[in-house]
Amino acid sequence: MTPLFERISITGGHLLDPATGLDGKLDLHIADGVIAAIGAPPDGFDADRTIDAGGPFVIPGIVDLSARLREPGHEYKATIVSETTAAAHGGITTVLVPPDTDPVIDTPAVAELIRRRAKQSAHARVLTVGGLTRDLAGEQLTEMAALQAGGCVAVSNAWKPLANTLVARRALEYAATFDLAVFLHPEDHALRDVGCVHEGRVSTRLGLPGIPEAAETAAIARDLALAQHADARIHFRGISTGAAVEMIRQARSKGLKVTADTAIHQLHLTEMDVDGFDARCHVVPPLRTQADRDALRKGLADGTIDAVCSDHQPHEPDAKLAPFPSTAPGISGLETLLPLALRLTQEGVMDLPAVIRCLTSGPASVVDLPFGRIAAGNSADICIFASGQPWRFDAARMTSWGHNTPFDGWEFDTRVTCTLFEGRVVFHREGVA
Amino acid sequence: MPFASLQLDDQGNLRHFLTIEGLGRDLLTRILDTAESFAGVTDRSVKKVPLLRGRVIANLFFETSTRTRTTFELAAKRLSADVLNLNISTSATAKGETLLDTLRNLEAMHVDMFVVRHADSGAAHFIAAHADPGVSVVNAGDGGHAHPTQAMLDVFTIRRAKGELTPLKVAIVGDILHSRVARSQIAALNTLGVSEVRVVAPRTLLPKDARSLGVHVFSDLEAGIRDVDVVIMLRLQRERMRGALLPSEHEYFQLYGLTDERLEAAKPDAIVMHPGPINRGVEMDSLVADGPRSVILQQVSHGIAIRMAVMSMAMQASGGENP
Amino acid sequence: MAEAGILSLIDGIAERLKTKLRNRNIPDPAMIGIHSGGVWVAQRLHERLGLSEPLGELDISFYRDDFTRIGMNPQVRPSTIPFEVDDRHIVLVDDVLQTGRTIRAALNEIFDYGRPASVVLVTLLERSGRELPIEADVAGLSPPLQAHEQVKLNGPDPLELIIVEKPLTTPES
Repeated sequence: MTPLFERISITGGHLLDPATGLDGKLDLHIADGVIAAIGAPPDGFDADRTIDAGGPFVIPGIVDLSARLREPGHEYKATIVSETTAAAHGGITTVLVPPDTDPVIDTPAVAELIRRRAKQSAHARVLTVGGLTRDLAGEQLTEMAALQAGGCVAVSNAWKPLANTLVARRALEYAATFDLAVFLHPEDHALRDVGCVHEGRVSTRLGLPGIPEAAETAAIARDLALAQHADARIHFRGISTGAAVEMIRQARSKGLKVTADTAIHQLHLTEMDVDGFDARCHVVPPLRTQADRDALRKGLADGTIDAVCSDHQPHEPDAKLAPFPSTAPGISGLETLLPLALRLTQEGVMDLPAVIRCLTSGPASVVDLPFGRIAAGNSADICIFASGQPWRFDAARMTSWGHNTPFDGWEFDTRVTCTLFEGRVVFHREGVA
Repeated sequence: MPFASLQLDDQGNLRHFLTIEGLGRDLLTRILDTAESFAGVTDRSVKKVPLLRGRVIANLFFETSTRTRTTFELAAKRLSADVLNLNISTSATAKGETLLDTLRNLEAMHVDMFVVRHADSGAAHFIAAHADPGVSVVNAGDGGHAHPTQAMLDVFTIRRAKGELTPLKVAIVGDILHSRVARSQIAALNTLGVSEVRVVAPRTLLPKDARSLGVHVFSDLEAGIRDVDVVIMLRLQRERMRGALLPSEHEYFQLYGLTDERLEAAKPDAIVMHPGPINRGVEMDSLVADGPRSVILQQVSHGIAIRMAVMSMAMQASGGENP
Repeated sequence: MAEAGILSLIDGIAERLKTKLRNRNIPDPAMIGIHSGGVWVAQRLHERLGLSEPLGELDISFYRDDFTRIGMNPQVRPSTIPFEVDDRHIVLVDDVLQTGRTIRAALNEIFDYGRPASVVLVTLLERSGRELPIEADVAGLSPPLQAHEQVKLNGPDPLELIIVEKPLTTPES
């Protein structure tokens, strides 16, 4: 780990930040943990260290709207230290942690515990999403003002249901009092029932209980109506259907304060990948059809979907070593977020600046964070990645404690070479200058 | 299709019997023909052959089932194999032992073959994927996915009653959505090239995109069984009434129960089948169940021959080179 | 050897068999042929002897001693013995006797049907290579063959005996 507040110059890289319009060969100079200057160094600037980016891209550090670090409560799966280290490997400098830890983040004390742990590790910024209801039980509101004062940047009930629409309405209204964004998981609990895959051809053939598309769309319709009524800020955390994209597009055009994100794996995998009972593809919301995947891609390209996140859920091996319906859902996704996102450029879905925006300023703006952009005075959170150097992703050699990923063996063209967080190098690939 | 590579060895011989999917017409026909040979064994004074003497077959039943377990046990004993009956529902998993640990413990006892029944779709595949080489797995029913030996004994019964399979029209009536039996039957009938497979059920008991299974879909019983050669009735579970899938057994019988009168829509020589046990007065009335067109009891005896065939074909040669 | 020769061989066997049965005081034996070659030979013998009882056919796949090494025979056929075996004099017919293992399996299978009064073994050919103490009561021919040579009866129509050169591991008969 480099000493605090080293002076660093990053030279020879292609600076790309769609939020500020930077796009070209420019040097970057860092001092006191923030960006000192872009292009020419400030007068009398004497770098303690020079990073020769020589060719690769220099972008703002990635902002990940959902990554489970499993601490407190599930340390047998992973810890804040292990996962923030993995985040650094993936060029991710800010992560938002959902409230479903154990104990749940429904008091400032738990939020503070997480914040402290993250500071000890000092590999990435960990921000908390507080609970919407006490113990996420869906009935009584949390002390949202206290949570906000304690550092929570949004509130959510994770994947647990709210007792009824009246509670949902009240929760949205209360959060709106403090202009707190509410992360809503678009899922009707009753319609989801015991489903574990998309209700469609694959579930029909494999005899697996399915989650219908309506489970997502019914919830979104209900929540849009409530948000409109409450004039609240809502963010749909993790959509999976083309129908959802269309509903959100319509709502936005009518002026509703709605944002949405999708997990990166939804943009690459479909229900067909579950064929053969591959438990690594057991995720919630489930992988849907090819048409849904294409509609999600389109929604990302045209800005209907504001951000792409890892939806990181590291698991211990046993969680996936069982018959499919008995396995835990979730993919360990921090280390493949960037390469998978950049693949969208290669596959012609959107251009490079648009992809970068979905990983940086897009997610940051959902919760009004001053991160995800390169400007003088901003925290020096930087991700440097190289392109054109093919490599094979090997799950066995992941940094995260969770090796549960269906992308094992995938060939990628882009790779993070260096990550800086608050002006310190937190990851540097060997064999690179 | 990943299922073929798991079930067959590199010579195309059966290694595990998990699902009809991925198995070709020739292999299915071979199973039927081999079962013919075993059917004759039952008629002798010594109802055994020494084929699997010294081999150990473990019945790993995570769902209780006296009927299926008994036929597998009988089939194994007729092959002179030693049989272990393990009803896991009550013991290990109740104590929290993982499925994988249970498997490893049993393998340490040098079991040659597992016959598995489990409530999760994909359970048999999971066990086969993690079993030691040299150990075979036969699926006795996994969740709503497959029950391949049942499908084979049904096809065997149809073949014995009707001869040539290709011109036949077959209707499957009942809870298709939850039925592993129906899924395997549909796959087997289509692979063996029958003329038409139909499913008949109310909408709540039909899976999404049912047609993608390769069937014609009906919600009216009479239209569904018109001019068919075979009517297969599926068992209706009591839980379906509680899950808001059906209002009552009464209405189900009114619409989908088989009676002699309704059977007139089918061909005059149509046969009636049921995997058992029958809910008399729900799926069919007693006149049909005990009537001349019912081949239900034959299904039961055929079950032993089919399981003998499947177990001997899947049992691995233990070490030594192939000639 | 072509069919004509084989048929005349079978004629010779039939005569010697009649004599044997007479000497043993067996007036009405039942005949069983072992799939496939033994059945073809038995069919013609059955005709020559004019037996009243229909011919029995035996598939010994389930009684072989090499299942553990080579697994299940893919072409199993049903065995049919359309008469009571108990207290019956049986004539067992096969095409080639070499190691004796097939006959051992056949005897075991017959005994699972019942308890015969006696079993007389008839083979079209017998050749060297015995691994069990089993001999034919009546054999048509005893050709001198090397270990690497294999004799096969092809049929059912027309019947034909051929000699093949086999690699070192020979299948048993």
